[in-house]
Amino acid sequence: MSVYVNKDTKVIVQGITGGTARFHTKQMLEYGTKIVGGVTPKKGGTEVEGVPVFNTVKDAVVATGATASVIYVPAPFAADAIVEAVDAELELVICITEHIPVLDMVKVKRYMEGKKTRLIGPNCPGVISPDECKIGIMPGYIHTKGHIGVVSRSGTLTYEAVHQLSQAGYGQSTAVGIGGDPVNGTDFIDVLKAFNEDPETYAVVMIGEIGGTAEEEAAEWVKANMTKPVVGFIGGATAPPGKRMGHAGAIISGGKGTAEEKIRVMNECGIAVAETPSVIGETMIRVLEEKGLAEKCKTH
Amino acid sequence: MNIHEYQGKEILRKYGVKVPNGHVAYTVDEAVEAAEKLGTSVTVVKAQIHAGGRGKAGGVKVAKNLDEVRTYANEILGKTLVTHQTGPEGKEVKRLLIEEGCDIKKEYYIGVVLDRATSRVVMMGSEEGGTEIEEVAAETPEKIFKEVIDPVVGLLPYQARRLAFNINIPDELNGKAVKFMMALYQAFVDKDCSIAEINPLVTTGDGEVLALDAKLNFDDNALYRQKDVMEYRDLDEEDEKEIEASKYDLSYVALDGNIGCMVNGAGLAMSTMDIIKHTGGEPANFLDVGGGATAEKVTEAFKIILSDKNVKGIFVNIFGGIMKCDVIAEGVVAATKEVGLNLPLVVRLEGTNVDLGKKILNDSGLNIIPADSMADGAEKIVSLVKEA
Repeated sequence: MSVYVNKDTKVIVQGITGGTARFHTKQMLEYGTKIVGGVTPKKGGTEVEGVPVFNTVKDAVVATGATASVIYVPAPFAADAIVEAVDAELELVICITEHIPVLDMVKVKRYMEGKKTRLIGPNCPGVISPDECKIGIMPGYIHTKGHIGVVSRSGTLTYEAVHQLSQAGYGQSTAVGIGGDPVNGTDFIDVLKAFNEDPETYAVVMIGEIGGTAEEEAAEWVKANMTKPVVGFIGGATAPPGKRMGHAGAIISGGKGTAEEKIRVMNECGIAVAETPSVIGETMIRVLEEKGLAEKCKTH
Repeated sequence: MNIHEYQGKEILRKYGVKVPNGHVAYTVDEAVEAAEKLGTSVTVVKAQIHAGGRGKAGGVKVAKNLDEVRTYANEILGKTLVTHQTGPEGKEVKRLLIEEGCDIKKEYYIGVVLDRATSRVVMMGSEEGGTEIEEVAAETPEKIFKEVIDPVVGLLPYQARRLAFNINIPDELNGKAVKFMMALYQAFVDKDCSIAEINPLVTTGDGEVLALDAKLNFDDNALYRQKDVMEYRDLDEEDEKEIEASKYDLSYVALDGNIGCMVNGAGLAMSTMDIIKHTGGEPANFLDVGGGATAEKVTEAFKIILSDKNVKGIFVNIFGGIMKCDVIAEGVVAATKEVGLNLPLVVRLEGTNVDLGKKILNDSGLNIIPADSMADGAEKIVSLVKEA
């Protein structure tokens, strides 16, 4: 089992005729993901990598029975693409696009209230359930199938954690990148909840970064609800206040959003926080050994 | 992106937010002319830099006649102001705002920001104007009132009214305060602001509600549709290396240390700074080359790092996903051939096309120290820089 996506998930690619989307459509197909269609307005009737292209999301859904979509549409048009996917009643929409204006996302979030669609991202690497389904831009080969759930605000830092886990012999159930923007569809708590309910996930790595208070809220949730061990890491401990560190959401302002405070709260809530990014894997293994879960989680 | 106070006030004025009359001045003569044009008995000479705390640093003076305007303008123009937001090096004043003085009765605070917890825009108000709002939030949080705004209908009159009542703006000025807040919200959403802060908002002896100061920041991701805001960009206020980096779509932030970093991905770039510091070194910069970097972009990134005279060593930390290791390697080789390399260079490559990338570096004949992991790389560069 896994969360959000599995070997049966049928996926359409929005913006499939763009360069990045083409490249990753090929990568996803090679990984075994069921990419059943693509959408680019006015390119309906053509094909990309043998995948049929439609003019609208609705057309693609009707023709293919897809339940998930991945968005590579350029930022100025991405909010519209998300809403189109929500309107077509897809269950899952994963938005890779970065640099979407934040007020566009405020409207998107408002539009999505009461709708059944789950949005992951924007500005995220996507979701992967190893050996089953890869939706996004992550390098497939570093992942191995297993029992550790990974949730992260940062793309490359997720790869770093996954790589360490795989090298040490600990596979992953699902890795979810929730994205580095201040307004996103799915937050830490949503994913932690899903991992908590997933029988194949035995422990979770949660990777945060400076800015906002999402990590603190997630830590409180973990303390109150989580039945599985959680290991954490926070990027940006040395970042100066007032400077935006690449991600739109990664900024310390008004004394809020510091790594120090996040780590303090996470520790208090029973999350073992790795001191440096290179010991995320080690920290997880230590916790698993303490809990007697190491044998059960070791996959190779 | 940040703009100057006078520019922010120009925008607000267009939306019907009341601001004092004023003119920008680049020279002492222009300052005196501006004061003459205003013709008020009292004028305020305000330093225009992209940082708060100007008053305390001596950047705001009240002049009672034209001679005083000349004296103060002379004193402030060209002066380096050091405030809690400029860093110890301070910022040189190159522009002044010459503004009419006004008869202040009371100072308030109004701010519009994005609230991440609700994913909504929020208007905040307090009767503790003129001071740092963070201090008010820490010491007397009960004095801060918030209105969460539904993007479908925008700020509603009853919300503005309630906020004005809550912060104790006199009832007879409630209507003017409501108009002020509604206009401020409209400017915020139309111009894709990330912050619109009026501190202080003042009520005056002649019954006006005015923005005495205005701090507007804009969402960088929305600048493509805000051409008029882009025209307000003041390159004098930005770090030269950061400007250069922005031309190539590189995300670069200058820091105080001596180890230059080149990384892909914002999270990994921040964490690379962290691990350098953890190992006993000091990062010279944050640099995310992004996902779609070309060899040319990598070359430029390398040159920007080397243009920082404090840099004594470089650590390249790449985990290729969307970014390919061979592209990074080609860029590094091209850059070092172009600008020469007299500093220790540690490179850690992992991910997509890693073998190809390592081969390119090996075959280059350059003195590049390979690292197996980010911890290994950090240790190597920190010890090399210490030896140097």
